[in-house]
Amino acid sequence: MLKLEARAEPSRAMSVASPLIALAITVVIGTVLFVLLGKDPLRGLAVFFIEPVKSVYALTELAVKATPLLLIALGLALCFRSNVWNIGAEGQFIVGAIAASGVAMQATATTGGWFFVPVIVAGMIGGMAWAAIVALLRDRFNANEILVSLMLVYVAEQLLNYLVYGPWKDPQGYNFPQTITFLKATQVPKLFAGYRVNVGAVIALFSVAAFWLLLFRTYAGFQLQVGGLAPAAARYAGFSSRKALWSALLLSGGMAGLAGGLEAAGPLGQLTPHVPAGYGFAAIIVAFVGRLHPIGIVFSAILMSMFYIGGELAQSRLGLPKSLTGVFQGLLLFTLLACDTLIAYRIRRQAPRSTTAPPPALDDATASPVVASAALPAREGT
Amino acid sequence: MTTPFRLELVEISKSYPAVKANDRVSLRVAAGHIHAVLGENGAGKSTLMKIIYGAVRPDAGEMRWDGQRVEVASPAAARALGIAMVYQHFSLFDTLTAAENVWLGLDRSFSLAEVTARIRTVAGEYGLDVDPLRPVHTLSVGERQRVEIVRALLTKPRLLILDEPTSVLTPQAVQKLFVTLRQLANEGCAVLYISHKLDEIRALCHHCTVLRAGRVTGEVDPTRETNASLSRLMIGAEPPQLQHRESRPGPVVLAVRNLTLAKEDPFGTGLEGISFDVRAGEVVGIAGVSGNGQQELMAAISGEDRRASPGSIRLFEHDIARASPRRRRRDGLHFVPEERLGRGAVPTLSLAQNTLLTRTRAVGPGGWLRIGDIEALAASLIKRFNVKAGGPGSAAKSLSGGNLQKFIVGREIDAQPKLLVVSQPTWGVDVGAAAQIRGELLALRDAGCAVLVVSEELDELFEICDRLLVIARGRVSPSVATREATVERIGEWMSGLWAAEPGHAEA
Repeated sequence: MLKLEARAEPSRAMSVASPLIALAITVVIGTVLFVLLGKDPLRGLAVFFIEPVKSVYALTELAVKATPLLLIALGLALCFRSNVWNIGAEGQFIVGAIAASGVAMQATATTGGWFFVPVIVAGMIGGMAWAAIVALLRDRFNANEILVSLMLVYVAEQLLNYLVYGPWKDPQGYNFPQTITFLKATQVPKLFAGYRVNVGAVIALFSVAAFWLLLFRTYAGFQLQVGGLAPAAARYAGFSSRKALWSALLLSGGMAGLAGGLEAAGPLGQLTPHVPAGYGFAAIIVAFVGRLHPIGIVFSAILMSMFYIGGELAQSRLGLPKSLTGVFQGLLLFTLLACDTLIAYRIRRQAPRSTTAPPPALDDATASPVVASAALPAREGT
Repeated sequence: MTTPFRLELVEISKSYPAVKANDRVSLRVAAGHIHAVLGENGAGKSTLMKIIYGAVRPDAGEMRWDGQRVEVASPAAARALGIAMVYQHFSLFDTLTAAENVWLGLDRSFSLAEVTARIRTVAGEYGLDVDPLRPVHTLSVGERQRVEIVRALLTKPRLLILDEPTSVLTPQAVQKLFVTLRQLANEGCAVLYISHKLDEIRALCHHCTVLRAGRVTGEVDPTRETNASLSRLMIGAEPPQLQHRESRPGPVVLAVRNLTLAKEDPFGTGLEGISFDVRAGEVVGIAGVSGNGQQELMAAISGEDRRASPGSIRLFEHDIARASPRRRRRDGLHFVPEERLGRGAVPTLSLAQNTLLTRTRAVGPGGWLRIGDIEALAASLIKRFNVKAGGPGSAAKSLSGGNLQKFIVGREIDAQPKLLVVSQPTWGVDVGAAAQIRGELLALRDAGCAVLVVSEELDELFEICDRLLVIARGRVSPSVATREATVERIGEWMSGLWAAEPGHAEA
């Protein structure tokens, strides 16, 4: 029988190295996977790890995918550090996209280029409003925020479907479920002509700095994290747990909504039922692989967007299903959790349970349940 | 050799990754003897008992039972030999009755009625006052301990282990427990008595093994030793003596008037009409057995529980009953909670970051933190209060209990409070650090601060307090000057019996 035993002092170096070890294991398992699928593993890995960084164009595409992941993951990192488990960023992303689109569709032929600002602000507000439902239900009725935020993802998807199949459907769209293509004036400005990457990438990098400052250089960020690390200490210090709940959810919802707005008014340019691309869920992995640290999240967002692009390339070049992206994401998260567990615990072998166990007594409560019974080698004395 | 020892440990060693808990410990207990294991917190007493009881396996060494070598692989195996253990922290279910709790731990072959009858018989034989039909949550801590002891006695033990049994008892209840233990020993049962209280060991035990840092530092007959000589064995030095000058109380700083609070937790204690004052320049102590409302009273005074009715808690005439902890701190009320890790400090954050819990000097305009100031504050606390730590960047959890307590107490003292409220100032703290903390509290008093101390250690309260109060079942007794108080009287009050004493009605 195997048992996990806590290590006295988990190694610091190992906890930093853990994401890298997890990545290495993911690559090894990925190689095995390619071999089993009858593909050349070197080509398979190249598609995931070399193609996405091969050219300037590839790099800008990487940035396009990394931007929403980075924005959402920053908000989630703050949320998770405050011990608020918002796993519905996908829903906040969708509602952000819807709100931004609603504003974008108000543009007319004479609207100036500044119009993208209210568009993405609307996205942010939309995401905040969606997260506020979670905060309100948690605050007033103590509803579990994990369940509520997750379920609101599906509500948001239905809301999106209703709009693109119903009132917002483009009258000239040949009955496809999509809105009009937004006017040029509402588009988020591109950084370079000929590339899709836009101002959103710059906003994301500024957000990294802003979140780093908030977390490590402000009293408000400190209070949020104390609430997450030790609620009793936060109560002792007098930090409000309600304030922490609301600020964590509004901030992370706002970031997801901002990402949704940038996506709608950027690469997409219209609303379709395909707005939810799983960024909100992938960002959870991004946040954890990045150790909930703004700088770490930059790297994990880039890595995760490589998986996205690699999955698409694997489909077109190797004839493999696109869901390979999900397989790689899942593998990475799984190996990371395994590495983290083994850094904090060691595995020990235990003697097997004997079948003739005497009835357990209550005072065994303090002893390990696994050691509950075993044979008595020497009983001559009794 | 005549009769072999009931229990004999030979060179038992047990190491944990960071510490050597037992280093070649040998110990012999004869039938009918009460054998003490004396040592400070962290000396390795609990590990040794867990090894005997089969909950922990030793790395090396041998255990003999009636002269025969045995391997105790589990608590069940230990019970089969005839070893029973009463833990320091009880393992009883609050919602079940005493009899049901005992029944749960026994062989399935008995019926509940049989168990109830046996509890009555055993309780009668040993003078243990236990009503088997009462739900555990209605029992006092002393009564719960008696349930645990009866449960142990029902197995007809040949060796009974008690881990710090008196830390939850009133002085009178301690005497009752001793009568029971002596009777057991007379009947031939061996008793292992774990404690760090010197007086008790000298009064009760026939032999004493002293542990320090995992090693045996002495095997003595405690009746022939003095407290000083035992404490030399235990800590390697005599405990330092405190200088206690006469207090000169000033104006009332904290006034609690008719504070009544319904209990929040169904197994907590409600507070009932509590009134008392704490004046500038005096130390007021609150004695009592744990679980009598201390936690609830502290939370109401610190502001962690803000349900108190307006006017029931005043600080310098200002009503603070509903004020937040931060507001109270700004008005000069600082609090040291009994839980150091997780409440007084965030375990994973550095000492520097932990200063921010109660100190806001380094918070600049707009909430920006001045990192340099935070580190400087932590560094000065480490230096001034002689905290053994790597530096301001060390995580709170990397410090020993005593050092972290010095840091937290220091953090609050350094804030120059007008009222310092301290809960269990020296719980689990080694003797040297405890003396230092008590000295700091007295120095603070001499500087004109009002100090309120809640402690379960009567000795400590008698040592540092000017006035004593007793809390029992959520009510607080009238106060008595420490020099007029006796252990006996405070002990009686700890059972809630002060109504019969007229002439002390002044609150």
